[in-house]
Amino acid sequence: MVFDYSWLIGGPQGSGVDTAANIFSRVGAKLGYHVFGKREYHSNIKGLHSYFVVRLSDNKIRSNVNGANIMVAFDAETMIRHGLSISKNGAIIYDSSIVNTSIDEIPTIEADHRVRLDEFFKSKNMEPKVSSIIELAKESGVNVYPISFWDALSNIADELKRPELSRMTRMFNVLGVSFSLGVLKAPIAPLLESIEEIFSAKPTIADLNKKAANFAYNYASAKFSGFNASLNETDKEPNIMLVQGHQGSALGKMVCGCRFQSYYPITPASDESEFLETHEILQVKEDRPGSTTIVQTEDEISAIGMAVGASLTGTRSATSTSGPGFSLMAETLGWAGINEVPVVISLFQRSGPSTGLPTRQGQDDLLFAINAGHGEFPRIVYASGDVEDSFYDTGKCFNFADVFQLPVIHILDKFIASSVVTCNRFEPDLVSIDRGKLLEKIDGDYKRFAHSPDGISPRSKLGLENGVFWNTGDESDEHGHISEDPVNRIQMMDKRQKKVEQILTLVPKNDQAVAYGKSDICIVSWGSPKGPILDAIEMHRKEGHEIGFIDIKLLEPFPTEHVKSLLKDSSVIVDIEANMTAQLGSLIRKNLLKDPDYYVLKYTGRPMTCIEIFDSLKKILEKKAEKRQVLLYGD
Amino acid sequence: MAIKLGDYKTGVHNDWCPGCGDFGIVNAIQMSLAEMQIPKHKAAIFSGIGCSGKTSHFINTYGVHTLHGRVLTFAQGAKIANPEMTIIAAGGDGDGLGIGAGHFVAAGRRNVNMTYIIFDNAVYGLTKGQASPTLKLGEQTKSLSNPNPNYNVNPIALAISSGFTFVARSYSYDVRQLKDLITAAVKHKGLAFIDVLQPCPTYNDLYTRDWFSGIDQINEETKKPTPRIYNLADVGYDPVVHYSTTTELNEKLAQALEKSLEWGDKIPTGIFYKNELVTPYTKRITDKVPNYLENPAAKQKISKNGKPTTDISTILDSLRI
Repeated sequence: MVFDYSWLIGGPQGSGVDTAANIFSRVGAKLGYHVFGKREYHSNIKGLHSYFVVRLSDNKIRSNVNGANIMVAFDAETMIRHGLSISKNGAIIYDSSIVNTSIDEIPTIEADHRVRLDEFFKSKNMEPKVSSIIELAKESGVNVYPISFWDALSNIADELKRPELSRMTRMFNVLGVSFSLGVLKAPIAPLLESIEEIFSAKPTIADLNKKAANFAYNYASAKFSGFNASLNETDKEPNIMLVQGHQGSALGKMVCGCRFQSYYPITPASDESEFLETHEILQVKEDRPGSTTIVQTEDEISAIGMAVGASLTGTRSATSTSGPGFSLMAETLGWAGINEVPVVISLFQRSGPSTGLPTRQGQDDLLFAINAGHGEFPRIVYASGDVEDSFYDTGKCFNFADVFQLPVIHILDKFIASSVVTCNRFEPDLVSIDRGKLLEKIDGDYKRFAHSPDGISPRSKLGLENGVFWNTGDESDEHGHISEDPVNRIQMMDKRQKKVEQILTLVPKNDQAVAYGKSDICIVSWGSPKGPILDAIEMHRKEGHEIGFIDIKLLEPFPTEHVKSLLKDSSVIVDIEANMTAQLGSLIRKNLLKDPDYYVLKYTGRPMTCIEIFDSLKKILEKKAEKRQVLLYGD
Repeated sequence: MAIKLGDYKTGVHNDWCPGCGDFGIVNAIQMSLAEMQIPKHKAAIFSGIGCSGKTSHFINTYGVHTLHGRVLTFAQGAKIANPEMTIIAAGGDGDGLGIGAGHFVAAGRRNVNMTYIIFDNAVYGLTKGQASPTLKLGEQTKSLSNPNPNYNVNPIALAISSGFTFVARSYSYDVRQLKDLITAAVKHKGLAFIDVLQPCPTYNDLYTRDWFSGIDQINEETKKPTPRIYNLADVGYDPVVHYSTTTELNEKLAQALEKSLEWGDKIPTGIFYKNELVTPYTKRITDKVPNYLENPAAKQKISKNGKPTTDISTILDSLRI
């Protein structure tokens, strides 16, 4: 029997839910499980609800399931929101003081949600209270474990003779994770180790938390010893890392030589820039240390302007943003296009339009990325499907930018950025660096935009002797001086456009689109649905149904021929993506002249689970599916 | 071999209107580069949009004609990535103080070691004479259908309050003074700003060459015009912050702000404020990254035989479970 177990912790933002989840994830990884965790939070600093689900499994996992097996709730809202998503034979560990809290006493539940809850409790003939949730959970076979978190704090305070600790509710999180691990009979050593590692910079806090953890672990394992599931030491694969989503592209940038990044703070992109800045001094083999210069700018217009300016000096340069910031970058994107400047824009999508759902998942910027900026110019839009891909893809994006001399939009998203996963140690040796026609020395005459058969001219950089050039956002001649001559205009437009053909010829097929098995029924998708899709088709495979999956990574220019050839043996095409209008679907229709047979879409702002995709595919297999299915799971 | 003034000129046809103040500015930049003997590949002129935006095409150094209002962003990025370059940014008053005002303020706070020249003619020339941010409230230049309904930006005061550490004004027909100021600005350790007053002979019929030369202010004794423009250096004005005391700093800031308000019969030019005691951005980076100046972004070796040389194994080890 494969062990596959999900743990949920919730609480008000700012109360340390992340730290608790971090500890649990580390413990899971230390025990040798595969880990997949996702964080959900509001656009808020303190008080609104946030939660973390960490899934552990013996097998490789790439997504969450629906619900969880075990949950810790020290506030009433977590209980109300998630109490009924705990599966049969699972467990709810909760603070006994919340039992009588009614939903009216929880102001942070949205008005619409409150109405739904009222209707729900009315239909069950129950009071709208935490106690009703507990009762329903029990009825469905969930074990409920009331614990007084407050008493636990007092006991710890007494034991340590530090009365002030009895009011330290921040400790609830460490208590919660330790109670859980006690119930799950996990070995205690990884718990204490994890706390020590996480608080390594603050030894006294580490010590305090370890004492609290010890207390809570022992208390729960003694009191609730009969629970049916346990966490054990399993065979650990070598070279496994526990990474947060934003670290993949940040580490990719360090390795591939990105030495300048400018950014304006925005969720969910800023974490990547902050990680880069924390590690700004870089160790370099057989050389003095290098560094990444990170500049926090006054807005996103400045962020891309600075990145383009830095790129003109020959520096591999990038900016990192999300939809609203990318909107502001559109004009400069065109400037980089007409001036053939290599620059990488890491676009961490979230749900739009406008500010939309600022902290929630969405894939609604694909067509915007492809079309942003006025006028016609080539660009590359490239999407990564998960953290591991994002590390390697980052290096590829910088190579594309240098080789084809154009802006590259590297699409990631909130789902990737705020997930925590175990994966194989990144291998920098698998990354190659190709700077294309960047010159290190120039003799004689030089023309920055000299015509060439492939449309790509040798590139000078600011500071290079004999390499003086001009740039302008106007149409220009081969030197880069303004020209409105109609003959020059058509030559220059055609020169730049030749890159499209070059891209489709030179980018390896397997970097354009990846086929994960082929079958009569074949999924097409892009970006982060990859994980839940792979998990879902694995589940169908176990039930004897083969479903193919094409992950399209190069989205502009669209690799029509390659995708066509990958789909040639499939008669049923299912487009899966996290937006309302099926944006990839429109590219398929336009380029392949084919309407996908089914669409599975999600735009609630919550990531897809493998269960949802499994279910929607099942309907398709059973020929019971509507052409368009909309996924709704998640809070 | 010495670099000659002519070496900084390109063969690009100059399409500015006859009598345009822009000519004086481009000449002064070229003269200053020649005076400092800066090799042409070691300098870059960044320009904004509008008539002044074409400046970079007339100067034979690296030339980057950017976007409307965004010139400082491109210029700072280049300078931070390659601090060996001499960077001069140039743009109009609408470019820098209207659409680009946010970048103007942010650049002051950053104090990157480079020079920013604003071509200040109080109108949007290339779009046929609309009011720019430096045109005063109620003034009506010839293509306006109504008097200007907006109060003006005071570029000198804005620069001083934003953190620019070298703030000067010049007049485009005083090419010699302007050249000297550009040289001083380039040599200044920090962000230097020069507001250059310049007539737009086509669209600004208020601030004309004659007006600046005081043709309406005839001295009764000499029967000659009394020029509006005067040089602060000629009246014993000391713009420099010499000591890092709050008292002196406040005095110099207050004096500069007061001078920035002088307008009308007499218009001060020259250096209003200069403070090299404020750390330039370079220093703010070297405090964190000690070898930044020897090994800045643009100079770093990132690969050997197509393979990365950056060693991230320590970070990867820390992520290992």
